Amino acid sequence: MPIWLEPFGANYPDLLQKFAIYGIFAIGFNILFGLTGYLSFGHAAFLGIGSYAAVWSFKLLTMNAIPAMFFAVIFAGGLAFIIGFLSLRRSGIYFSILTLAFAQMSYKLAYSVLTPLTNGETGLQLRQTDPRIIDSLFVEAGAGLPSTNLFGLKMSGYPGFYFCAVILIIGFFISMRVFRSPFGLMLKGIKSNQNRMNYTGLNTRPYMLTAFVISGMYAGLAGGLLAITDPLAGAERMQWTASGEVVLMTVLGGVGTLIGPVLGAGLIKYFENIFSAFNAHVLTEMFSFLPDAVVEVLVPIFGLFVGGGWHLTLGLLFVVVIIFLPGGLMEGFNKLFGLLRKSGAQIRGKRTPQDQPGDGG
Amino acid sequence: MDAIFLQILNGLDKGAAYALIALGLTLVFGTLGIVNFAHGAIFMLGAFCAVAFNKLLTLSTKVEDTGVTLFKAYKETPYLKIWFPEAGPVLIDFSVPLSIVMAIPVMLLIGYVMERGLIKHFYKRPHAEQILVTFGLAIVIQEVVKAYFGANPIPQSAPSLMSGSASVGSWIGLGENVVYPWWRLIYLGFSGAVVFAVFAFLKYTTYGMVVRAGMRDRETVGLLGIDIERRFTIVFALATVVAGLAGVMYTPVLPPDFHMGMDFLVLSFVVVVVGGMGSLGGAVLAGFLLGLVQSFASMTEVTAILPGIDQIIIYLVAVFILLVLPRGLMGRAGVMDD
Repeated sequence: MPIWLEPFGANYPDLLQKFAIYGIFAIGFNILFGLTGYLSFGHAAFLGIGSYAAVWSFKLLTMNAIPAMFFAVIFAGGLAFIIGFLSLRRSGIYFSILTLAFAQMSYKLAYSVLTPLTNGETGLQLRQTDPRIIDSLFVEAGAGLPSTNLFGLKMSGYPGFYFCAVILIIGFFISMRVFRSPFGLMLKGIKSNQNRMNYTGLNTRPYMLTAFVISGMYAGLAGGLLAITDPLAGAERMQWTASGEVVLMTVLGGVGTLIGPVLGAGLIKYFENIFSAFNAHVLTEMFSFLPDAVVEVLVPIFGLFVGGGWHLTLGLLFVVVIIFLPGGLMEGFNKLFGLLRKSGAQIRGKRTPQDQPGDGG
Repeated sequence: MDAIFLQILNGLDKGAAYALIALGLTLVFGTLGIVNFAHGAIFMLGAFCAVAFNKLLTLSTKVEDTGVTLFKAYKETPYLKIWFPEAGPVLIDFSVPLSIVMAIPVMLLIGYVMERGLIKHFYKRPHAEQILVTFGLAIVIQEVVKAYFGANPIPQSAPSLMSGSASVGSWIGLGENVVYPWWRLIYLGFSGAVVFAVFAFLKYTTYGMVVRAGMRDRETVGLLGIDIERRFTIVFALATVVAGLAGVMYTPVLPPDFHMGMDFLVLSFVVVVVGGMGSLGGAVLAGFLLGLVQSFASMTEVTAILPGIDQIIIYLVAVFILLVLPRGLMGRAGVMDD
């Protein structure tokens, strides 16, 4: 890792993994919300089922990451198909509530009745006594718990991050292709006016369902990767606050933009890490150059926003972004660049682009 | 028979809380057209009004303990007990019902500030953005409460006069052993009164009539020279008070903590949708209905046949209603139709 990346968490492979994984999650969510405008509040269910599928693949088949990912995507896609098939019959707020209800159902079931499958509150863990059919054909079981690997390469620390990063890039590429494909255009058409799309004699529902399933698969993939880097799956991943988190990431970065969701995910995970680590002691040191009386006032005030209060900062940031920049950070950047370009043009004494005919604006 | 009777009471009781929260939610939706994800947080704020009031009443100082003679001992004694040795302890005992007095103006103010400060800028924005901004607001409220009151639940006790159990069975001839907590009966009666008051306000006052007219056709009412925005602000504050009161009275049943609102929010949205978006009667009906359904689903006889049904029944009902009757039980045509 180059040294200039250090302030961005390059020393913490676990954090880097989270960047990549939640980036994938947010990209997938954006394919649904960004392209079609359907706000799902139930994507955590897909994340959760992805994790469970991956851990079961570790337990039953092999510790290799590839089958785990495969099963995570397949199961999440299947669940997304069922939920999407039912939920997409309604739109707007009703769609949000339906997805929320399904996700809460999955969460409650994972906690209660499905305990044999999910191990309830404790969470699904690897055990020494797991069968691991494929692995046991090739290698003798060791003394300790085996770790997840990619054909022998251990999937923790930096290798795990590189693996997730490669998947992220592939996922980003696919989402780019989706955005620019006729299928993506169709989805954008649905977003701007679904009725008119229907009037042109087009059945929009298969397109919506495809988008929903793709987006669910991304979420399942992210869940699978979470399990690959840390083989554990708990029901709290399915709770609706987790769905809320991915909404926050996508919106913060910029709904409907390609890079925005990745940016939002990275930003939230990064600041979560940085801000949570702050405490009164660190703050006191930070302000130690100020007079004591000022420090005594400042530390409790800033203390509200860091450490355990990090969510307060997140909530405030989120509210501010929604009020002033509904397009998220990407809109902010675009506005900023637009301003810079304008002022640059004025300084150079040239005409602004709007004045030139045929420029397209 | 006894069990069924108790389950009915239980269901009505649960339903009362759902109905109160959903009533405010649907009132805001019907008037302002705002999907308010912060409503659960308001319910939680109401509960913490009771906590704050209790803290206020029990502000203490150290007083020499005369019961200990060997050495000088001090014990914390609330000022109220020192100033009014007779009435003080009684006041503290009744802190939960008394905190209603404080909760009403506080919640009115919170609702007013919230609507004028934030919500009013979102009338013309898409529903998705309304959901998002109120969701963010809910996080903020929640975290502020957590910062001041801590993350642990703070149990509040009902007044000792009302803390025992009522032998409901003997009233209607079911046997002495059918008992039900007094406070929950009071909660049931209280929510009935609040629901009644809200309906009476909307139905029998001129103010309420204008509000109802505004719900039907906002533009026409505005053209008649009525400042409908202003009335809707008051309605928002009123909905805040209703949710807050539900929270205050719920504290002896469930010790309040900072995320209790979120749990209720999801349920109350389900209630609102089942009742029909923007329909007040529907919200109340659906609240009680879902409470009953949930309570019966959690009977051991039912869970023995369908394990886990008690956990998901509400969501199942919601999904079913949404798919079969998209307008809910009592929704009007033209409200949130897609």
